[in-house]
Amino acid sequence: MGHPAATPSSATAQDSAWIGRSMERVEDAALLSGNGRFIDDLGVRPGTLYAAILRSPHAHADILSIDTMAAKAAPGVAAVLVGADVKALTASLVVGVKAPVECWPIAMDRVRYVGEPVAVVVASDRYKAEDALDLIDVRYAPRPSVIDPLAAITPGAPLVHDGFPNNVASDRHFSYGDPEGAFASAAHRIAIDINYPRNSCTPIETYGVIAEYNVNDGAYDILANFQGPFSIHAVISRALKLPGNRVRLRTPPDSGGSFGVKQGVFPYIVLIAAAARVAGRPVKWIEDRLEHLCASNSATNRATTLSAAVDATGKILALDWDQVEDCGAHLRAPEPATLYRMHGNLTGAYDIRHMRVRNRVIVTNKTPTGLNRGFGGPQVYFALERLMQCIAVELDFDPLDVIQRNVVPSGAFPYRTAPGALLDSGDYVKALELGASSGGLEELKARRAAARAEGRIYGIGYAAIVEPSVSNMGYLSTVLTLAERRKAGPKNGAQATATVSIDPVGAVSVHISSVPQGQGHRTVVAQVIADIFGVVPQDVRVNTEVDTAKDAWSIASGNYSSRFAAAVAGTVKIAADRIAARLKRIAASHLNVEADDVTFSNGKVHSQSNPDNAMPFARVAALSHWSPGSLPDDVGHTIRETVFWTPPELAAPDDADRINSSLCYGFIFDYCGVEIDRVTGEVRIDRYVTTHDCGTILHPGMVDGQIRGGFGQGFGAALLEEFAYAPDGSFLAGTFADYLVPTATEIPNPVIVHMQTPSPFTPLGAKGVGEGNCMSTPVCIANAVADALGEKNITLPLVPARVRALIAGDEPPAPAGVTTQPRSRKPGDRGLQGEGSAEVGASPQAVWDMLLDPNTLQAVIPGCHSVEKVSDTHFRAEVTLGIGPVKGKYRAEVKLSDLDPPHAVTLSGSADGALGHGAGEGRITLVPREGGGTTLTYKYDAEIGGKVASIGGRLLDGATRVIIGQFFSALAHRAGGGGAADGAASGLRAWLRALFGGAR
Amino acid sequence: MPRLTATQRHSVRFRLNGHPVEGSAEPRMQLADFLRHELGATGTHVGCEHGVCGACTVLVDGMLTRSCLTLAVQVDGCDVRTVEGLAPERGRLSVLQAAFRRHHGLQCGFCTPGVLMSLDRYLSTNPNPTEDQLRELLSGHLCRCTGYTPIIRAAMEAAATLASSTRQEDSTHV
Ligand code: FES
Ligand code: FES
Repeated sequence: MGHPAATPSSATAQDSAWIGRSMERVEDAALLSGNGRFIDDLGVRPGTLYAAILRSPHAHADILSIDTMAAKAAPGVAAVLVGADVKALTASLVVGVKAPVECWPIAMDRVRYVGEPVAVVVASDRYKAEDALDLIDVRYAPRPSVIDPLAAITPGAPLVHDGFPNNVASDRHFSYGDPEGAFASAAHRIAIDINYPRNSCTPIETYGVIAEYNVNDGAYDILANFQGPFSIHAVISRALKLPGNRVRLRTPPDSGGSFGVKQGVFPYIVLIAAAARVAGRPVKWIEDRLEHLCASNSATNRATTLSAAVDATGKILALDWDQVEDCGAHLRAPEPATLYRMHGNLTGAYDIRHMRVRNRVIVTNKTPTGLNRGFGGPQVYFALERLMQCIAVELDFDPLDVIQRNVVPSGAFPYRTAPGALLDSGDYVKALELGASSGGLEELKARRAAARAEGRIYGIGYAAIVEPSVSNMGYLSTVLTLAERRKAGPKNGAQATATVSIDPVGAVSVHISSVPQGQGHRTVVAQVIADIFGVVPQDVRVNTEVDTAKDAWSIASGNYSSRFAAAVAGTVKIAADRIAARLKRIAASHLNVEADDVTFSNGKVHSQSNPDNAMPFARVAALSHWSPGSLPDDVGHTIRETVFWTPPELAAPDDADRINSSLCYGFIFDYCGVEIDRVTGEVRIDRYVTTHDCGTILHPGMVDGQIRGGFGQGFGAALLEEFAYAPDGSFLAGTFADYLVPTATEIPNPVIVHMQTPSPFTPLGAKGVGEGNCMSTPVCIANAVADALGEKNITLPLVPARVRALIAGDEPPAPAGVTTQPRSRKPGDRGLQGEGSAEVGASPQAVWDMLLDPNTLQAVIPGCHSVEKVSDTHFRAEVTLGIGPVKGKYRAEVKLSDLDPPHAVTLSGSADGALGHGAGEGRITLVPREGGGTTLTYKYDAEIGGKVASIGGRLLDGATRVIIGQFFSALAHRAGGGGAADGAASGLRAWLRALFGGAR
Repeated sequence: MPRLTATQRHSVRFRLNGHPVEGSAEPRMQLADFLRHELGATGTHVGCEHGVCGACTVLVDGMLTRSCLTLAVQVDGCDVRTVEGLAPERGRLSVLQAAFRRHHGLQCGFCTPGVLMSLDRYLSTNPNPTEDQLRELLSGHLCRCTGYTPIIRAAMEAAATLASSTRQEDSTHV
């Protein structure tokens, strides 16, 4: 990769010794040596207990009863909490819209998504806590669930919350300019429908909380790997029914990635705090990976219809957005922020003066959504940039020509968009040229031509976007009507904080509340300080732990909306500049020069005109401690300076619903060439070029690191990752073998091109850069696939099976020697069907009697503990079965119908256990064989859900075959000879497996 | 193999980074938990507990091992090496670790200990790896921060440095 033709950066970067350099990070030596301090690495107080959480296997069900007696009596268990226990100590979490709806961190009397907490066990260690989970007996009455967002708002759909009619939490219309007029007069109306899927950036470290309640102080002390925004602290303290000063929230020194996701730990902060209060001891909880994938948080999935009014030259006159935002089962704070974060820049990088928007926020039976890198950008730009490509195809233009014709013109900055964003700076036209020339676009086009000439499938895709950073804390109030906003009071701004301190030997420390999750904030802050005080970064100590009881923080604190470089590093500069100004005056009085003549370098404070006239920095810096009386009168002190900085550009939404939703807007221009394997449908990236203008670059290595990391996640979202749900709401991606995160063998190395147009609104000229490729890369790859296949309907992730289905023509025959198995399911369909037969060495009547005899059943059903005969046609069984890593106990109910003794019987039933549930039906037929014995044939149909569905999906068919095989060989053995005629199981077995929990 | 009682703690002794260590564990305790919470060697991380992410990778008798899929009692008497033992001495970094720092081969550092263990082991027997070989090796590790390229660069540079220092040593011995 190269950094071609970088334009001159800001004065700061040019003059500085450290800013703008890729120095080694101060964080790394400890992390590389195993000396990181992540939450699970820190010691706990003696007596600390450990929590484990029982979660719903159902997408939607009423809780009929929860029996915790056995769990409470289990060894090591100190407490078991269910919804009512939590409700007694807490209040509902606030819901982002006004509605008669509650949001609890644990199910009260109804579960609304797979993975929703149902009970918490607190025990002396985590193993014992998990043991006790198995002893909790929960009875559910399943309800119909809604998974698809458009189905959820269809009249008559099951309701997730009674207080959200039609499952709609908010429905707002916006109009900017004259969209009706523009659409009426335009030559073309071009539209696209999008279903953006669910995914998440899945940090490798999961959530962790350690909470304690001091009964004498009436106060909580909580350590959590929470990442902000700290507006959530207000949500937590309200839920805990205490003023904020009695809810001390701290963050650990290191955090293993977040990408927004660790905002979603907050319901667990409330839950574990309540558990600690009940237990009367500190309680620690570390989430496991299944919990994380299934129930931590997710980006929103969104159904969008986007139309453009386009003139004959390809110029877009107006846009019409219809967005249906699926926030899952609860509207948790700060949702519906994902939908509104991009509101001011819904026109993207384009000069479009007229726009209509309809925004609906809806609920479904899926995991509640929250922050995720890109936050609203992937969803918006997937629609907008797919539309740009469609305009090019329909009007027969080159896609890049359409982009060029529509981008905000050079020289128009700061540029106010129709919905209110103030695009701070940039030169999009130039960036497009730079990206195209530096990345080798012409060569890529030649490669496409050559590939196509050879009959290969090759395409080129583009995406041009603005990357917003430093969120306006007021943008979310755009979801409210003007009247509601007036009532609620103004919300705006984005307070960033920094504290610079000098100790009695003149050493400099800095505290910031940006809660880094691996981005290297400590290094950049040290660079900023080093430049101002003329010291080396290694001498500056930076602390990024937040303690709400002691540190400077505000609601905007935290690690989100790419706010560090633009806002926090700049605030550090302001604070250090203030101290530096005072130090100059102190030094001036000692050096006998004017303050203006004083400067800092090489650890000295000296006269600029006469560098030999100098004092050690540490000496000047420490004077406020040792000799305040000797300082010039009105200098005050130089011991500590805390600055809160909020940019004036971040105003509340105006009366016309215009909102400057972010402070900075970087520009990204991506393009890529992809080749598609005609046989497998695999998409291979030939080259990916990403051009960034993120203002002044403070640390090139970290900027490229952010770009590469975001690109990797965007790549995963494009080609691999999906939080898949079965139609019944079962969660199907509970392991890293099911939720496919790209590895080193898949992610290509992108070509990165930089240009730097400093932001006029930030102290260092920097803009955010952390999220852009999560926004641009999925759609860029999708556009390339659309180009390659000539296909309009592109849905992510573009897994080989889906791409193969898009490739016209029949699937080529399998190579010789490979037999194909009949596929019983479509992707995402967890139903299991099968049939088979077995030879049994007994007469049909004998087999019939055995099948209806509880004792025989108990002996032949794999893992069966007991069979109880409720009536002649109704049995109840307890079975332990293991599917892959998941072994569990299930209760099964089996009913016989359509009895035709001794020829045929239908078995139907259901099974339920902590690890999952299933239901199925099977028909068994008994036919006498010539010469004695019976041929038993079966056919079955079953559905499985719950934990086994989440983590055992790929094992299910095989496990079913094995279990069914065991059943028949046991039956045959008992009947005296014979054996299963084939490896497959019977309908009977199918029901058994489904019923008895084998199912996944 | 001795029979162990499920509900009892059994004493477990092995060498950790060259030093004898001892603790007690129920038979079901994972090696990762034992290292971290019994011995305080928290450098080894746990990212998935089902063998896919690679964060927990350690060396057991010279073999790369997922410590989340290994029981503590299994390594009784073994030689176990973890990220804490990679540096030549306390406060210094190995060639590979230093290359990671130089190339920004880590961000949050959570996946890093496992990645380092795999690379360190691989480079010790494959001094001239190709980029493709390293990518293949790293396919057993998930990193969500870096996009892998800086990790590959760091490993390539470390391989080159190690190879040239070996050559130097060889020549001084000649
Ligand atoms: S924790 Fe062992 S492989 Fe993920
Ligand atoms: S550095 Fe964060 S997961 Fe690899």
